[in-house]
Amino acid sequence: MDLIWEGLRKALELLLTLDPEVLRVTLLSLQISGAATLVSLVIGLSVALVVALNDFPGRRLVIALLNTGMGLPPVVVGLFVTVLLWRSGPLGFLGILYTPSAMVLAQAAIASPIIAGIGLAALQQLPPGLRLQILALGASRPQMVWLLLKEARLPLLAAVMAGFGGVISEVGASIMVGGNIKGQTRVLTTATVMETGRGNFDIAIALSLILLVLAFSVNAVLTHLQQRSRRS
Amino acid sequence: MKRPACLSWVLALVAALSPAVLHAAPPAQKAVILATTTSTQDSGLLDELIPLFEKETGYQVKTIAVGSGQAIAMGKRGEADVLLVHSPEAEKALVADGAGLNRRIVMHNDFILVGPPADPAAIARHTAMESFQRIAATKSLFLTRGDNSGTHAQELKLWKAAGITPEGQPWYQQTGQGMGQTLGIAAEKKAYTLSDRGTYLALRKKLGMAILHEGDPSLRNVYHVIEVNPARFPKVNTAGGRAFADFMVSKAVQKRIKEFGIGTYGSPLFFPDAEAP
Repeated sequence: MDLIWEGLRKALELLLTLDPEVLRVTLLSLQISGAATLVSLVIGLSVALVVALNDFPGRRLVIALLNTGMGLPPVVVGLFVTVLLWRSGPLGFLGILYTPSAMVLAQAAIASPIIAGIGLAALQQLPPGLRLQILALGASRPQMVWLLLKEARLPLLAAVMAGFGGVISEVGASIMVGGNIKGQTRVLTTATVMETGRGNFDIAIALSLILLVLAFSVNAVLTHLQQRSRRS
Repeated sequence: MKRPACLSWVLALVAALSPAVLHAAPPAQKAVILATTTSTQDSGLLDELIPLFEKETGYQVKTIAVGSGQAIAMGKRGEADVLLVHSPEAEKALVADGAGLNRRIVMHNDFILVGPPADPAAIARHTAMESFQRIAATKSLFLTRGDNSGTHAQELKLWKAAGITPEGQPWYQQTGQGMGQTLGIAAEKKAYTLSDRGTYLALRKKLGMAILHEGDPSLRNVYHVIEVNPARFPKVNTAGGRAFADFMVSKAVQKRIKEFGIGTYGSPLFFPDAEAP
């Protein structure tokens, strides 16, 4: 119990003194996971729309795959992305292994199915006649898509939160493709693992608390948007 | 939500996030990938040396701290430029295989056998071989890292020398984790384990364990640098790997290694071994 108080004190100390290393690690976590969430939003929503609005053979299989993908283990993603990005791998020519770009790529692979899966459920939840009604009122197809997204905005924001929560908190893929390199690819989760290994439990707890506060802040903003849009 | 408001949020987000992705990727040949063991990172040695190297040479080091087994496997595939490892048998095999070049000694410390201060197997004041035999005879809990690291390789060698096959015994448990984590688990479970001295000293205060055996010549822990052969792997950053290896054996760095840890732990963690070039 002492250790938790010590960690709390350390967290406050690191935050109040604006420790440059902690700030950098925190900012990088936010940037990488934020970028990955944005990428996943584009990919996930596109997939969700295609599957929701079209009927094609194997559609149920695709949905089952998407739902499985929502639970994709980060270490598995990390391993595959690492092997792909190796110098000897098929994407080795990019030379991005152990950079933030590789981490964004891996995290996007984790978050995209989450956003696609929840997004698809959100779109399928809309009344079935809504689409026809919108089209009958003379809307173009892009207008129809926009209206559907708007109609499903509450669960879609929940999808974004789930996707962001999934990647800001994962460590397996980040440590494998990023390498936990100081000043380059060290993020809050990988730094926590390292400090625990070093026996610096107070710093590890402090970093965990900062991670929780960060996750809470981002979700508070998103929730604010979500609830505001509910009233309008 | 109105559309313009939503759009401006997205734009603000993109603006805030883009620096991470755009600016962080360094020019490829400036980056040196160093595959090394957890002990060099967890002890804090690399945190002190690498900024020095980067400032001196302008290279940017990407330190991948894994077990020696994985580090050597990275070298074998040409996925690293230079290795700093402590698993002599595997190192020799790597050089013999042609994937590694120019293996040079950097420093040493030693392995120690640690365990609960009460020492239920009464291993203190015995040779390393006898200690291992006593642990087996009393069926005292022993934790192995089981991760192909240099420490794991050394431990297996010691069991073999003691004539014991611990694999599969209920008192022989595998953590599959790094040295720091394994020491933490050993402390909680009151188990014996083999550790490198550097990591143990760095964690000593939190563990409440005792060094029960040390100083045996069979417990020497030697670190080498190995460059990865560019003839085999054309993408290897030859100049960068060579520069780092030269740096590690240079006089100035050897002196830093000698002094490292004295201020914090009261004794050095590593002893320099490179002969002055």
